[in-house]
Amino acid sequence: MSQDTSGGKVQDIHEYLAEFDDIPGTRVFIAKRARQGYHMNQFAMSLMKAENRERFKADERAYLDEWPMTEEQKQAILDRDYNRALDLGGNVYFLSKLFSTDGISFAEAVSTMTDMNFEDYTKMMVAGGRSPEGARSLKANAAQGGDTDKGGR
Amino acid sequence: MARITAGVASSHVPLLGVASDFGKDQDDYFRPIFAGYEWTREWEKAEKPDVIILVYNDHASAFDMKVIPTFAIGCADRYGICDEGWGPRPVPEVEGHADLAWHIAQSLILDEFDMTIINEMDVDHGLTVPLSMMFGKPEKWPCKVVPLAVNVVTYPPPSGNRCWALGEAIKRAVESFPEDLNVQIWGTGGMSHQLQGPRAGLINKEWDNMFLDGLIGDTDKLRYIPHVEYLRETGSEGIEMVMWLIMRGALGKRTRALHRHYHVPCSNTAIGHLVLRPDNGEGYDMAGDMPDSVAAE
Repeated sequence: MSQDTSGGKVQDIHEYLAEFDDIPGTRVFIAKRARQGYHMNQFAMSLMKAENRERFKADERAYLDEWPMTEEQKQAILDRDYNRALDLGGNVYFLSKLFSTDGISFAEAVSTMTDMNFEDYTKMMVAGGRSPEGARSLKANAAQGGDTDKGGR
Repeated sequence: MARITAGVASSHVPLLGVASDFGKDQDDYFRPIFAGYEWTREWEKAEKPDVIILVYNDHASAFDMKVIPTFAIGCADRYGICDEGWGPRPVPEVEGHADLAWHIAQSLILDEFDMTIINEMDVDHGLTVPLSMMFGKPEKWPCKVVPLAVNVVTYPPPSGNRCWALGEAIKRAVESFPEDLNVQIWGTGGMSHQLQGPRAGLINKEWDNMFLDGLIGDTDKLRYIPHVEYLRETGSEGIEMVMWLIMRGALGKRTRALHRHYHVPCSNTAIGHLVLRPDNGEGYDMAGDMPDSVAAE
């Protein structure tokens, strides 16, 4: 565990934010993403209402066109390409409204973001989950000259 | 006066709510998880808390992207159960303790914690799953609840140190409330889990157990863990564990563990559960502590 002597207070916001980019296979929901994905996340939030779910299911494209989202964001939603949606500012708790609209479990939706199918993902979880070994830092992985992107993007 | 007599930490995985609501809690998959809460259910019956200060996070349910309070305290008389996309959970509505909540809110603000005050809110699985785990399926929850919602979704969440200090301020606030109340504080969420991206499914048993160890006794080293360490070591959603530090901070310098439980997996998540007693000479053993029969598992 890394201790610091600053009472835990972040001294440099740029360094604080930059460290998040070093984590393999992870999109941390920082302000930049929250701004980029605002309308996509609010679209997803709208699916908490039954009548909106009905309208979305009846014509996904038309429903998405009611939102000031980029074409890329709309396509990521239509494709259910959740890694792409995360790249474009989506947040998983908001996107989960789409998982339930589609009637799939959270874990199944999550598995589509990995390189495993749901069955293998479930087996991995039951066996204790994904190991943090080699999945902590892109820089550390590169320094070891090994796989630079295990569990990576 | 009111006093905080115990702290409880627990994961709040939504699937546990499903298991409880649909009677699957004795299935092979869920039995080992629920077994670790049986001790606590019996203990809670003996403790009979009047109020739970329940620290949790909303998961894009009551709060969307429009307003993002860092620390929000529920000051209402009651809270409805949120429809999270598959209909509200069939659990009793949650009764608040508006007098205590307003007293805590005012005290915290005067103590320089600038709280957001919530007068109307539905609560989601983050709050109702811990109630189900600790109390089972009663017709009415056996105590009142003061919801304390923490932003751990949009970065930056509050630092671990700030969470711990908020807990310390909550202890002061509760102890200046004149009515005799048996108050517990619960910290929920965690432990290891990552719900997004190619690294989803990350679990770190070793780190989780280091964290559980760090909540016991008189150490305060956990308050200085930087956000990035939670993310690297326990997955992106492991950051929820900062909420446990609010609970820990409210228990004073020293704690004693009454019960501990850890299980992998529940869906994508490592389940952690800990029952703590403040151990600073308060003598809060009103019910007498039962031996911790499940700790060895």
